[in-house]
Amino acid sequence: MKKLTKTTFSWRRITESRLLFPIVALSLILLFDFVFIPGFFNIEVRNGNLHGSLVDILRNGSTVMILAIGMTLVIATGGVDLSVGATMAIAASVAGILMNPSALKNEVFFVTDPTYTFQPLWVVISVALLVSVLCGFWNGVLVSYMRIQPMVATLILMISGRGIAQLITNGLRVQITYKPYAYIGQGWIILPFSLYIVAFVFALTWLITRKTAIGMFIESVGINFRSSFFSGINEQKLKLMVYTFCGFCAGIAGLVASSNIRTSDANNIGLMTELDAILAVVIGGTSMSGGRFSLLASMIGALVMQAITQSMYAFGVPAFALQAIKAIVVILVILLYSEQVRGWVRGIGAPQKEVKS
Amino acid sequence: MSEPDQNILVMEGISKFFPGVQALDDVSLTLRKGEILCLVGENGAGKSTLMKVLTGVEHADSGKILFNGKPIRPKSPRHAQELGISTVYQEVNLCPNLSVAENILIGREPQKFGSIDWKKMNALAAETFQRMMGISIDVTQPLGTYTVAIQQMVAITRALYLSSAQILILDEPTSSLDTQETAQLFKVMRKLKEEGVGIVFITHFISQIFEISDRITVLRNGKLVGTYETASITRVGLISKMIGRTLAELDEMSAIKLESSKHIRSEALLETRELGLSGTLSPLSLDLHAGEVVGLAGLLGSGRTETAHILFGVEKPDNGEMNFLGSPVHDFSPLSSIKRGVALCPEDRKAAGIVDDLTVRENIILAMQARKGWFKFLTQSEQYEIADRYISMLNIATPSADQAVKNLSGGNQQKVILARWLAINPHVLILDEPTRGIDVGSKAEIQKLVLSLAEEGKACVFISSEMEEVLRTSHRIVVLREREKVAEFSGEVEENTIIHAIAGSEA
Repeated sequence: MKKLTKTTFSWRRITESRLLFPIVALSLILLFDFVFIPGFFNIEVRNGNLHGSLVDILRNGSTVMILAIGMTLVIATGGVDLSVGATMAIAASVAGILMNPSALKNEVFFVTDPTYTFQPLWVVISVALLVSVLCGFWNGVLVSYMRIQPMVATLILMISGRGIAQLITNGLRVQITYKPYAYIGQGWIILPFSLYIVAFVFALTWLITRKTAIGMFIESVGINFRSSFFSGINEQKLKLMVYTFCGFCAGIAGLVASSNIRTSDANNIGLMTELDAILAVVIGGTSMSGGRFSLLASMIGALVMQAITQSMYAFGVPAFALQAIKAIVVILVILLYSEQVRGWVRGIGAPQKEVKS
Repeated sequence: MSEPDQNILVMEGISKFFPGVQALDDVSLTLRKGEILCLVGENGAGKSTLMKVLTGVEHADSGKILFNGKPIRPKSPRHAQELGISTVYQEVNLCPNLSVAENILIGREPQKFGSIDWKKMNALAAETFQRMMGISIDVTQPLGTYTVAIQQMVAITRALYLSSAQILILDEPTSSLDTQETAQLFKVMRKLKEEGVGIVFITHFISQIFEISDRITVLRNGKLVGTYETASITRVGLISKMIGRTLAELDEMSAIKLESSKHIRSEALLETRELGLSGTLSPLSLDLHAGEVVGLAGLLGSGRTETAHILFGVEKPDNGEMNFLGSPVHDFSPLSSIKRGVALCPEDRKAAGIVDDLTVRENIILAMQARKGWFKFLTQSEQYEIADRYISMLNIATPSADQAVKNLSGGNQQKVILARWLAINPHVLILDEPTRGIDVGSKAEIQKLVLSLAEEGKACVFISSEMEEVLRTSHRIVVLREREKVAEFSGEVEENTIIHAIAGSEA
C-alpha cells in the first residue's frame, strides 16, 4: 500500500512538471522525423564541426530561443512584448550602419573587402545592444510608469520600430561583409557559435532570476500584484527592469539574425518572430496571465516551434502550407495545458489505486 | 415546513484527497426540506471542501450524493446551479468593475431586440435587491465602489435570484456583515426556509449558529464528528466538539491582558498629528506606544481600514504629519514602512494578502526579502529555517513548506500572512481583521499572540468587526465613525459605552 501511494505520487509529480508537455511535444515531432524522414538524425563531421538536421534546428532556433528568454520574464509579470521583432530590426540596422555608413550619404557602396569595417566590432555590438536596451526601457516606462496596457504599449514600438530601423539606414539595405561580424551567426566551434550565445544568455538570466530574489518577485507580481505591493515589492522598478532586459535579448537576437543573412534588412529581420517567441513561452507552460515560469521549458518551447518548421521543410511541405501545420501542432500542445485534459492524463494513474485498495 | 423529515440532500461517505492532505475522510451529511443546517468546524476541518464537492468545484474521490433521492454528480458550479444548488462563497466572487445590476443578472439579462434592455435590467435588479435585502442601493454603480458587506449582499441576491434554488449554501456570508445586516440576512433565510429551501449555513459565530439553525453538523480534521439538534446541545458542548478541548483557556485572556498592560511604555513609537487624506480620512491624531495594543472600533466603512492603509503608506496622506521614533516621516509607501518596521496584515486576504501560486515558504519570506532588496537573496537553508520556525510557532497546518499556499485552508493562509509580517520583526504591527473567517480556537491563539507581541515591546493596532474581540485584546480603544476619530477609551470599558460611541448621537 505504501509503495502504491508512492507510485501515484511520482506519476502526479511527472504530470505536474512544467517540462513534461514541452518535452513530450518535442519528442513526438522528433519521432515523426525519425520514422518518416530518412537521414534526419544523421550527423556528419566537417572540419571537426558537427552538421546535420538536428544541429540546424538548434542553429535556426537560436534567435527565437534568445527572444523567448526575455519574453518569459515579461509574460511572467503578466505582460507581453510585441515589439521584439522590430527591436531586432533596429539593432540590425544600427550594427549595419556602423560597419558600412555609406548608406547615409545616399550612395550604395558595395564593400567586398571582408576585413573592412567603419567601427571596430566591440563598438558595433555595444551600440546596437545599447539602442535595443533603450527600446526595452521605453516599453518598460510606458508599461510600469505610464500604466499603459502592455499589449498596447509595445504595439507602438512594434509598428514604428521598422520605420525607425529604415530611417537609421536611410531606407537602404546594408550589406554586411565584415567577416568577424558574420561569425556571430555563421561561426562554428564544433556546434554553431550562436548556440554558445544562447547558452550564455540563458545562464546569465538563470543566475539573475534564480540566484537573486528577482525571479520570485517577478512571479509574485505576476500572480498577485496587489499582495506584492502590500509586501513591499517595487512592482514598477521590477517591470521596467524586465522590459529593458527583454529589449536587450531582442538586440542580441537581431545581431545573430543579421549576421546570419549578412544584411540589415529592416523589413524582414525578425518579422513575426515576436509571435514565435510568445508561443515558445506558452508551450513552455508559463501562463499568459503571469506567474510561475521556467526558462528551460521556454527553451524547449522554442525548439518545438523550430523543429516543426524544420521537419516540414525536410518532409517537403510547401512553405505556404507551413503556417497552417504549425498552427495545428501549436493547438495540440496548448490543448495539453487545459485543466480538462490534464485531469484526464492524471486519471491514467488513478485507476491503479482503486484496483488494488 | 410541511414535511420536515424529507431529506432533499444526502451525501454519503465523501472522501477527497489533496496533495499531502486528506481533506475529507468518509463524511456524510443530510439536509431536509425547509431547514437550516449549520456546518461548523475549525479551519481545515473540510467545510469548504465538502461544499465544493457538492457544487461541482471539486470532485470527490469516493462517496455518493443523492438529491431528492436521485444520485447526482455535479460537474461544475453551473451544473450544480441548474440542478438547484446555489452557493454564496466566503470571499466575494463577483466582478467588481461591473455594475451591481450586471452582477445580479449576469447571464440572464432581460433583452429587447436582441440586445440588453438596460432600463429594464436596472429596474429589475434594484427591485430584486430591495425585496431580498430590505435596503435600496444604486444598482448602476460598479460593485467595487461598495463595501464588502454590500458586495456580500449582492452575491446573496444573485444566488437567491436563481429562483429554482432548492438548496442554498452560504459559506460564511456574515463574516463581514454588521449586526443589523446580519439580522436582515437572517430574515431572508427564515423566509426561504418557510418556502421549503434547504439552507447549509457555514459560520464561525457561535451565537449565530444557535440563533438560526435547526441542526448542526460538526466536522473536525476532515472527519465527521456528528450531527446534532440545535435545541439539544449547549454552546460549551458544541465548541468542545469543534475543537476537541474546553474553553477555559479563553478566560485566561483577561488575566494575560492585565499582566501585559504593565509593560506599556510611555514613549510613542509612532505618532500622527492631524494626519488625513481628503475624501478618505478626516485628520487623525493617534499615538502608538511600545507594548500597547490599540483597538480600532467602528462599523464597516467607518475608516478603520483607511486608517490602517494610511499608517502603512498604501495611500499617501495629503495633510498632517507622522512621526516615527521621534523623527518625521516623508516617504509613504509599503516598502518604506517595512524598512521602518511597520507591518500591515491586510483585511482582504485573497486580494492583498496571499500570493496563491507561491509556496508557503515564499509567502512567508516575501516581505523580509523585499526589505533586503533584489540581490541579497536569502539562501535556501535560511528560507526553510524561517518558514519552518513560523510554521511550528503558529501551528500552520501544511504538509510542508513547499506546499502552494492556495492549497491551505483560509485560516492557515491567514497565519501564513501573519508569519510574513512577524518575520520582519516589526516595531508596529497593524492587524486588520486578523481573525476573520477563523475558528474559535485559532482566534484565541491569535489574540494571545497579539498580547505577547505587545509584551515584547511592539505597538499593535487591532482592527476587528467583533466588538467582544476588540475589547478583550486592546489596552486602549479608538472609536471611528464616518471616517473620523470620535472617541478614545483606555482601561476597562463596558461594551455598551463603546457601542454608544460607535452609534453616536443617533443611538
